[in-house]
Amino acid sequence: MKIRNKNTKDTSSRAAACRISVVVALLAGLLNWTWAAAADDLPPIKVGVLHSLSGTMAISEVSLRDVVLMAVEEINGKGGVCISANGSKMCRKIEPVVVDPASNWDLFAEKAKQLLLVDKVAVVFGCWTSVSRKSVLPVFEGNNGLLFYPVQYEGEECSHNVFYTGAAVNQQAVPAVDYLMSEEGGGYKKFYLLGTDYVYPRTTNKILRAMLKARGVPEENIREEYTPFHHQDYQQIVQKIKAFAAGGKMAVISTINGDSNVPFYKEFANQGLTAGDVPIMAFSVAEDELRGMDTSALIGHLTAWNYFQSVDTPQNKEFVKNFKAYTKRNNLPDGDKRVTDDPMEAAYFGVYLWKQAVEKAGTTDVDAVRKAAYGMEFLAPGGKIKLDERSHHTYKPVLIGEILKDGQFKVVWRSAGLVKPEPWSEFTNPDKGCDWVDHEGTYTKK
Amino acid sequence: MRVHKHWLRFAAVAMVLLGGLPLLNAIGRPSTPGAGDAAWFWLSDVQLNLLGRYLTFAFLALGLDLIWGYTGILSLCQALFFCLGGYCMGMYLSLQTGTEGVYGSTLPDFMVWNRVTELPLFWKPFASFWFTMVAIVAVPTLVALVFGFLAFRSRVRGVYFSIITQALAYSMWLLFCRNSMNLGGTNGLTNFKKITPPFFDTAVTFRLEEPATQRGLYLVTVLFLLAGYLFCRWLTRSRLGKVLTAIRDNEHRIQFSGYDPADFKLFVFVVSAALAGIAGALYVPQTGIITPGKMTVAASIEMVIWVAVGGRGTLVGAALGALVVNGAYSYFTSRFAEYWPYFLGFLFVGVVLFFPEGLIGLPRRGLTLWRKLRMKSQPAVLESLEPSSTP
Amino acid sequence: MMPRTGRLVLGLALAAALALSPSRVPAQSSATPAAEAARALGDLASADGAIRQGAVETLGNLEDPAVLPTLEALRAGRLYLWTQPDGRRELVIAREKVTREGKEVLPLARAYDQERLRSADGQDLYADPQELEEVSADRRLRGILQQVIERLRLLSPESKVRKAAAKTLAERGDPVALPWLHQAFTREKDPWTRQAIEEGFCLLTLSHPRADERIGAAHRLAEIHGTNALPRLQELLTQEQDASALAVEKDAVRSLETWTHLTRTAYAVFSGLSLGSILMLMALGLAITFGLMGVINMAHGELMMVGAYATFVMQGWFQAYLPAALFDFYFLAALPLAFVVAGGCGWLLERTIIRFLYGRPLETLLATWGVSLIFIQVARNWFGDLTAVIAPDWLSGGLEVMAGVQLPYNRLFIIAFTGGCVTVIHFLLTRSSVGLRMRAVTQNREMAACLGVRTGRVDAWAFALGAGLAGVAGWALCLIGNVEPGLGQNYIVDSFIVVVTGGVGKLAGTIVAALGIGWLNTLFELTTDSAVMGKVLILILVVLFLQRRPSGLFPARGRSVEA
Repeated sequence: MKIRNKNTKDTSSRAAACRISVVVALLAGLLNWTWAAAADDLPPIKVGVLHSLSGTMAISEVSLRDVVLMAVEEINGKGGVCISANGSKMCRKIEPVVVDPASNWDLFAEKAKQLLLVDKVAVVFGCWTSVSRKSVLPVFEGNNGLLFYPVQYEGEECSHNVFYTGAAVNQQAVPAVDYLMSEEGGGYKKFYLLGTDYVYPRTTNKILRAMLKARGVPEENIREEYTPFHHQDYQQIVQKIKAFAAGGKMAVISTINGDSNVPFYKEFANQGLTAGDVPIMAFSVAEDELRGMDTSALIGHLTAWNYFQSVDTPQNKEFVKNFKAYTKRNNLPDGDKRVTDDPMEAAYFGVYLWKQAVEKAGTTDVDAVRKAAYGMEFLAPGGKIKLDERSHHTYKPVLIGEILKDGQFKVVWRSAGLVKPEPWSEFTNPDKGCDWVDHEGTYTKK
Repeated sequence: MRVHKHWLRFAAVAMVLLGGLPLLNAIGRPSTPGAGDAAWFWLSDVQLNLLGRYLTFAFLALGLDLIWGYTGILSLCQALFFCLGGYCMGMYLSLQTGTEGVYGSTLPDFMVWNRVTELPLFWKPFASFWFTMVAIVAVPTLVALVFGFLAFRSRVRGVYFSIITQALAYSMWLLFCRNSMNLGGTNGLTNFKKITPPFFDTAVTFRLEEPATQRGLYLVTVLFLLAGYLFCRWLTRSRLGKVLTAIRDNEHRIQFSGYDPADFKLFVFVVSAALAGIAGALYVPQTGIITPGKMTVAASIEMVIWVAVGGRGTLVGAALGALVVNGAYSYFTSRFAEYWPYFLGFLFVGVVLFFPEGLIGLPRRGLTLWRKLRMKSQPAVLESLEPSSTP
Repeated sequence: MMPRTGRLVLGLALAAALALSPSRVPAQSSATPAAEAARALGDLASADGAIRQGAVETLGNLEDPAVLPTLEALRAGRLYLWTQPDGRRELVIAREKVTREGKEVLPLARAYDQERLRSADGQDLYADPQELEEVSADRRLRGILQQVIERLRLLSPESKVRKAAAKTLAERGDPVALPWLHQAFTREKDPWTRQAIEEGFCLLTLSHPRADERIGAAHRLAEIHGTNALPRLQELLTQEQDASALAVEKDAVRSLETWTHLTRTAYAVFSGLSLGSILMLMALGLAITFGLMGVINMAHGELMMVGAYATFVMQGWFQAYLPAALFDFYFLAALPLAFVVAGGCGWLLERTIIRFLYGRPLETLLATWGVSLIFIQVARNWFGDLTAVIAPDWLSGGLEVMAGVQLPYNRLFIIAFTGGCVTVIHFLLTRSSVGLRMRAVTQNREMAACLGVRTGRVDAWAFALGAGLAGVAGWALCLIGNVEPGLGQNYIVDSFIVVVTGGVGKLAGTIVAALGIGWLNTLFELTTDSAVMGKVLILILVVLFLQRRPSGLFPARGRSVEA
């Protein structure tokens, strides 16, 4: 059983076996590249930016990176983060360390580890999807890092190492459904909860179901359905919605994510349903996503957020103007056609909140910064916001908007003042609370 | 004499991987965690962990090389087997977490938000360490056995097999993304805390966040890799291995010689699935998360490119390719995030068109090229365009 | 319903009276309608709630659609009293806020006729929000307002609006709307709107205190397939006292339920056909490159993406250089562009990469996968994510074929277009000399070459044709989904499954497989109530099917098949 080229094969594999050791050694050296340079008198503070710049989530997350870098640039332009010590003021610039987790959840954990342990950043701004947050959470908790997470999420989490600057369910979905049930919102009585199959829609709908039950909506007036990511064929689902809508007073609560939205709205309109008959209330469609969509099928449908680009405050005008100037100046794609939206605002003011907390604490030490941040207020583009005194979440206003042809929103309702965040919903976990001052995070209420 | 030399090299690599690098990690450690006063030669925990994960990929690549490099079957569902092993391990680790999760429930977190009140039946055995160890090999093996049996029996071959395996990976990915599967949906399994292998009567607890545990996992990975390499090497040099190569080179002829290629193909498919499953199980505790994102069609195809880059049909090349491509991936996503897909894309095209023998073949190729140039024979460019994969 | 009985009877009495003389003009008065409208509009600004309510009711009775914008503005809180510089007060509608000279001001329009307000010298007038006094609508007024608005919408020139108004009035359940609906019904010409109005009328009549009225309504609802009334009828079954009415209502419910099933089934057949046609369109190009040439082109999905982006670019040109009136034609103009650009990419691909890999399908697979990665990233860098392709107007909406079944134009268009493409390809392959050469090369390359066919050239053109067809598929997909770099990835596995199932080398196989998979997918989705399970079951079926027929539905015959 001799094979003709046995000898050559053997030599090559043996030679390779030798070379592999060299390559492994080289590889280890390669991994060492991230060592920081020697320090100046006042070295800049390193902060991590952990948003996907490639892969499927890039479409949403690139804007967050842009807006975080813009905030950093603004702060550096005004001298940086200034700490008063012994009567004198010391200012340090911020140096962002941008990495790309490439929409790969494993890579999120790897890059988080790298940022915390190799680059030794003081804080990380990042993540969009819940799975990416869940992926980095053990890393941040194990190494006492600090993450500012800017996207609306499902709640039921109370980490010592995360500040949640996006909305909890009671700051977005719950008031939105309350609005739909009110006379002003149309007095809807039946609800079709339609979402993409992942943790945010599942948990949100769990809470909404409990809430609707508490509000006296009978079980048979609620439907729940999930589609996979990137689902394109909504023919049958729209048929089901149509059948369920018979008799009227029915609204769709959509937690559909990403590129499934366009086929869904198109099918919805083309099968003869209108926003007047059956409105869709969406929680994952913001200005930035609307840029890439044919809005004609979406006009008149509703969304709920804590901020819209059309919010009418002087600081928002400034923010929008600065952002457009920033993207144009840096030759980012689409230049001044870019828009701002809710997660972008949350990512932006997250940087400022951290800066304020550092200045108050007088150090970048995570424990001190965390303590300083409790109860901190900031005049964000969308209006004043406030970090909760105990729970690491943010007090925010709630707005409901109607989609316009140009991809902007007309505000049709706004909450009276700021809404207190409830990481544990009163409907599903009435006995649980989140408190890092008197308790160790999640605790059971007496 | 030659055999001797080979073993010498093997021992050298083993020593570096097993002893040298962990030693570098153990000594020179900074006195206080997080401080920057480590020795210059210190291999940080992050880097050792990264290397450990790449080595699990290398382990998987060995199996892929068996089926693709030696037998010529392009299986595009290796990532699925990898994940099946990974999920088995993940289920075990999730159950180990106990009440340390966010909800303080004995159930894994995702079940709580999914309104699951009782541990599903198929989860229960995974509380046992030894059952899990068996399942890690058994589950991918079974799937491969059933699917392979159906496919090979009906003589689905060549590109048809690739497309069918691709569709298998795709539909399994869709299934695993469903939350109603009770496997965590797109979020997968995460938030692992500890691993408690039983030693005789007592269970020893290893916390996963401890550097020592990670170092231990790294060592286990290296041991598996070395053993896997020896096993594959033995396999390919056995009679069986010759038949496999013969199937690759001319399936009809081997049929005429009285062999039934289907059995051999099924065997190698199952072996590669088992290797992939073990790789997945080693990967999960070192990464801390397993999601369906790892079993997409794209993930499987990327695995093939590791082998192609390293050089197929050489085992060492496959492992090397996995290390190099993944090292480059980590590097690119930190430095030139936007250009990673370009790099990967050109790598695919370039390797197929110009370097069918991969990195391993590069020196020899360079040597022959240089010799030819010196002898002023045929223009060298033409040769690189000749089909050279299947003799 | 009980507490409202008094009002109900009153309303029905009025309805009955009107039903007897449908031509009667409501709310006769001595003044001309225009003058009366003007007076009522003036009353809207009154401080007295009763007067304002009366004004709204009068405006409704006048049935003058021109007051609709004013009432809508009142409901939306955009109706203001504006004190003019000379002290006169005028009712105005404020439009969207604008910024002028650093100040935020509201453009003003006159109530009633929506004329833009101008100053004496013809300049547009703006007002500071502080100068305006909002005419507010309280809860009670808003209720009436809503009704009056819907009543006026029944007069809208657009059938869609009329339909929606009839539905809303019926759902509000206030019998005061009965005469309005009746009138609207007698006026109505459009059959589907007539159906909707009648359905609304009958739905309201179901609450009639007299059993014979209810029986008549239930009867009629069953006849006109008014499925919108189904929940109300079901509710009625539990409350109904009258035995004969109960029997009729039961029949009506049964008949409507049957009808609902029928429409679901009809639509399922259609959606299976639609899905099948999309699969077919995507697989057509593959059937040529893979089926005829044996090339696994993993970048096929990306060539579709190229076609979709070509459409996007054409849309941009139309927006930039051509008048808006022509905009809707961009879509047709984009078809040849999508074909040529994607075909050109395919030709280049063939000449630079694939031709070196003939006979090595697995290597082709890897190389083209690499190409697909490059394509995706190029699209991402080049176009960013600002890529909305707007569906042309003439392909929005749908064709109502039976009560409750509206077939979207875009899907109908794709079905028809796919049919056209298949026909053209069929004749190209079987009746043209190019097709003859292609088939010759497929069947026996060496022999064809010996007979003087330039095989390299034929390969290149065949591949370009397959790529062009992918581009066309991408063009058509713009009507269904959105345009993004990863577009092709969503479809590539499905398309390959179609070609493998159909069998290599025969167009008929692709057609049968695409339609079969489309229908089965819809069927599975219906029965398992889950889109994912549908796809998984399809795969299992395909694997089992390949057990019996490893070379697909229509295997190519001959000895040269083994690659």
